[in-house]
Amino acid sequence: MEVLLVSLLNGLVYGMLLFMLASGLTLIFSMMGVLNFAHASLYMLGAYFAYDVSRTIGFWPALVVAPMLCGLIGALIEMYGLRRVHKHGHIAELLFTFGLAFIIDKVVQMIWGLLPVPYRVPAALDFPLFTIYGTKFHAYRGFMLLISALMFFAIWLLLTRTRIGLVIQAALTHREMVGALGHNVPRVFTIVFVGGSALAGLAGVIGGNYLVTEPAMAFAMGPIVFVVVVFGGLGSLPGCFIASLIMGFVQTFAVVIDYSFANVLALVGITVTDTTPFAEFLTIPVPRIGALLPYLMLVLILLFKPRGLMGTRDT
Amino acid sequence: MLRMLRSPVFVLALAASLILRVDLAGGQGTIKIAYTDPLSGPFAQVGDQNLKQFKYILDWINSRGGALGKKFEIVAFDNKSQPSEAIIALKSATDQNMPIIMQCSGSNIAAALIDAVDKHNERNPSNRIVYVNCGAVATELTNEKCNFWHFRMDAHVAMKAETMVRALPKEISKVYLLNQDYLFGQSVQRDVKTFLAKLRPEVKVVGDELIPLGKVKDFSPYVTKIKASGAQALITGNWGPDMSLLIKAGMDTGLEVRYYTMYAHLGGGATAIGPNGSGRVRSVMAFHENIAVETHKADTEEWTRAFRGQHNFDFYAAGFRTIFEFIQAAMNKAGSTDPLKFAQALEGMTITDMLGYQVTMRKDDHQILSEYFVGVFTKGVKYDSEGTGLGWKTEVTVPAKDLAQPTTCNMKRPSA
Repeated sequence: MEVLLVSLLNGLVYGMLLFMLASGLTLIFSMMGVLNFAHASLYMLGAYFAYDVSRTIGFWPALVVAPMLCGLIGALIEMYGLRRVHKHGHIAELLFTFGLAFIIDKVVQMIWGLLPVPYRVPAALDFPLFTIYGTKFHAYRGFMLLISALMFFAIWLLLTRTRIGLVIQAALTHREMVGALGHNVPRVFTIVFVGGSALAGLAGVIGGNYLVTEPAMAFAMGPIVFVVVVFGGLGSLPGCFIASLIMGFVQTFAVVIDYSFANVLALVGITVTDTTPFAEFLTIPVPRIGALLPYLMLVLILLFKPRGLMGTRDT
Repeated sequence: MLRMLRSPVFVLALAASLILRVDLAGGQGTIKIAYTDPLSGPFAQVGDQNLKQFKYILDWINSRGGALGKKFEIVAFDNKSQPSEAIIALKSATDQNMPIIMQCSGSNIAAALIDAVDKHNERNPSNRIVYVNCGAVATELTNEKCNFWHFRMDAHVAMKAETMVRALPKEISKVYLLNQDYLFGQSVQRDVKTFLAKLRPEVKVVGDELIPLGKVKDFSPYVTKIKASGAQALITGNWGPDMSLLIKAGMDTGLEVRYYTMYAHLGGGATAIGPNGSGRVRSVMAFHENIAVETHKADTEEWTRAFRGQHNFDFYAAGFRTIFEFIQAAMNKAGSTDPLKFAQALEGMTITDMLGYQVTMRKDDHQILSEYFVGVFTKGVKYDSEGTGLGWKTEVTVPAKDLAQPTTCNMKRPSA
């Protein structure tokens, strides 16, 4: 019970962090049809900006300034990079963002160095919020949950209750029609890209001090975010939300379940010994492969439900 | 033609070739040491910091005469953590007749280098090279896989594991093992259990976990599990992000265990522990800056302090200085930079290291035998780490003779 409850909380926090990162990407992916490989790099930039800003004028301004800086960089990328590359098709765009991810990575190493930077949780949130069965629940994790929940509602309201949201939604599916109605579709693209980049930056501000701010953080977080976006389905914010939580719970519970195929076979009366064929494989406990489960799920969903959980279009 | 002459590419190429020529001419009288480690990619930090420390040490060694009147020079090759790239570096080194190649991270790369160096030396007796291993620590490299041309200048996993088990206080009866799922992590797991059974049979292993290398971002679930197991101590060989994230998650959720690590004293560890982790994390190590303070070695303290003045990270590599002092002494003793001659001089050699301890290069297996320390990360030390205000303090000193574990090495020596 104790482990179950704490694990639920762990999974929730991790899932919500994933959602912050994935929500921006899912919007960009839905609209442009391109997996933005540089998305996790913007997340990293957000963390580094937040580190610099919080060192000078404090964490709370950083919460606003760093995402804005990331949005600005996103605007430059979209207007002077992606828009030019766009006419050469999706592959060119994909390769463009791929190259960009490496460049940002190197630039970050040159500016901030190879060592992790001491970006810390602000003192105002650095206390245990409550203790559950002897495990401290850090106030900062509560703050993360709060920010990501607020973010979810804000995006959802923006997309469904405002004019620009309706235009974005329409442009996701019927690009030509929206253009024909007189809306500036390239500008909508830019807005979405800037918004997505700012969200990545916000995730960086929040995640950078929860995890560790270092040059490898983009490559550590990149693949799992793609999994969430594809798993949740193209063009679906709720799908992205649910997929994030599922991934959070899967990774958390995979760790605490100490079973292997051998235990399953034991239920039907087969005992695995050293001489059983594939004994090595059958006795691998779930925690050892836990981090790989999301990728297994990605492969399976692409095989059986290529649109993802709640996707409206093919990937 | 004129157009071509004016093109910036041509000018650059010309400039580059001139610089290269000058550089080659300037390098005539030096002893070149090839160094290959990751200098790009996720583990670039490791190679970069090593290189800076090498240069600092070599400046000092060169200012004291180098070897045979020549200065040492380090030439770096990026191996991107790939054995195949390390072999290419070896080829470049032998093409330029360098007498030594060094490599520090990755036992899988070390194993590939041992084989490649052995083959090369057998085929090219006039152009041999010595492989100095500065940190690939899988136990088998100086046991089953031992080789005449390979000198390991760091304690191997079994020695570190023994140090760790010897440092476990009496009141600890339940430990949790968490390691990375590859050659190195598995040997930590195996060796720690071997020494627990031998030295502390009453200690129970309540958890024994392997995690995928570099894949886990949020360690809170593992921390929950460790807490539920009732362990009093966590033993881990994790390094890099796997070490810093694990410790950070443990600190944030208030996991009240003693952390026994092998690499928390390297880059990023102190930042992950943070100012609130005083007295909770221990690490087995060859050196930390406060040892010189504790043992009143003023000149050594001054020497490492000067490094801090020039760099943005702490000096952790006393072992590296020992390496170059060994090379210097062996070349001077052999009176030659010929790899076979100084390798023979190096076998069985004993020198005094910068902390004043006797360090031996064991002849049987080319394994270095040096003192080893268990340090605790705590408040109130003279030199802090990574600007946290906390630093390492020696808790246990294990003398070299206590770590002289038997070897299974059966070394073949070249006849001429």
